[in-house]
Amino acid sequence: MILQALAFYVFAAITVASAAMVVTSRNPVYSVLFLILAFFNAAALFLLIGAEFIAMILVIVYVGAVAVLFLFVVMMLDINLTELREGFLEYFPVGALIGAVLFAELLLGVGIIGSGSTTVAALNAHGPHVAAIDNTRAIGRVLYTQYFYLFQVAGLVLLVAMIGAIVLTLRSRPGVRRQRAGEQINRTKEQAISVVKVPTRGGV
Amino acid sequence: MEALLREYLPILIFLGLAFGLVCAMLGGSYLIARQNPNSEKLSPFECGFAPFDDARGQFDVRFYLVAILFIIFDLEVAFLFPWAVALGDIGLFGFWSMMLFLGVLTVGFIYEWRKGALEWE
Repeated sequence: MILQALAFYVFAAITVASAAMVVTSRNPVYSVLFLILAFFNAAALFLLIGAEFIAMILVIVYVGAVAVLFLFVVMMLDINLTELREGFLEYFPVGALIGAVLFAELLLGVGIIGSGSTTVAALNAHGPHVAAIDNTRAIGRVLYTQYFYLFQVAGLVLLVAMIGAIVLTLRSRPGVRRQRAGEQINRTKEQAISVVKVPTRGGV
Repeated sequence: MEALLREYLPILIFLGLAFGLVCAMLGGSYLIARQNPNSEKLSPFECGFAPFDDARGQFDVRFYLVAILFIIFDLEVAFLFPWAVALGDIGLFGFWSMMLFLGVLTVGFIYEWRKGALEWE
């Protein structure tokens, strides 16, 4: 039990510290690497409260895919660091406002869950008991039936993301000779070869 | 809950060992080795001449497209895991719920195939 508390404080401290480094680091590539560290530690925190499946998905999806995507975006942007610093004061009020709104929402959410009828225990009472069955099965029992509409909306969101990414980034490049295996194999001898009668000293 | 965490104890020990080993190696080389730096030793080495520009060249946007398509199918697979584990409990409705989800994403897959987003040219 003492080990569990100790592990929690170590992982939580590293999460907060690396999250602070994400926003204060000068080099955006370092920011992304600190973000990956924060994801790993958040996964460890999920594990400590028993959310095994969420922890593994965090590692696979966030560390394995989202962080790589962030790295691609950072590498794609032509970021001049001095130019980036110039607009700091200009954008600070908007950023502070958004941060304040998000923080207020967070406090509100914690307040709602901590008080009255919607405590964590009350929320848990609806679902299957966590200790009785394993984590993945507990999610699987409710996700596809009880939360059917939310699940289908998640599918539609993924579809929109897929089509949006294609529409925004896919452009055909003229002048590129791509390989078309079917057409190349279907070429006949008549299309490919012509016999030319070359007169002596005449050239082709 | 306790039993679950006990299964992860070896990973925690492994993490502690890895962290300790890294600290020992870096700290040991810092303390024991002779430190005599100069600007030539500390500069990045590029075949004998000064580096031309930043190591961070710009990427083509097509890498981003491949990465985001990968994420979407990664998430699709992530949704399949609890479904496969709990398929015995959720019955026919749960089965067709997942089939509908896969169908929606297959529409997207056909779209990207027809648009040629999977081809590199």
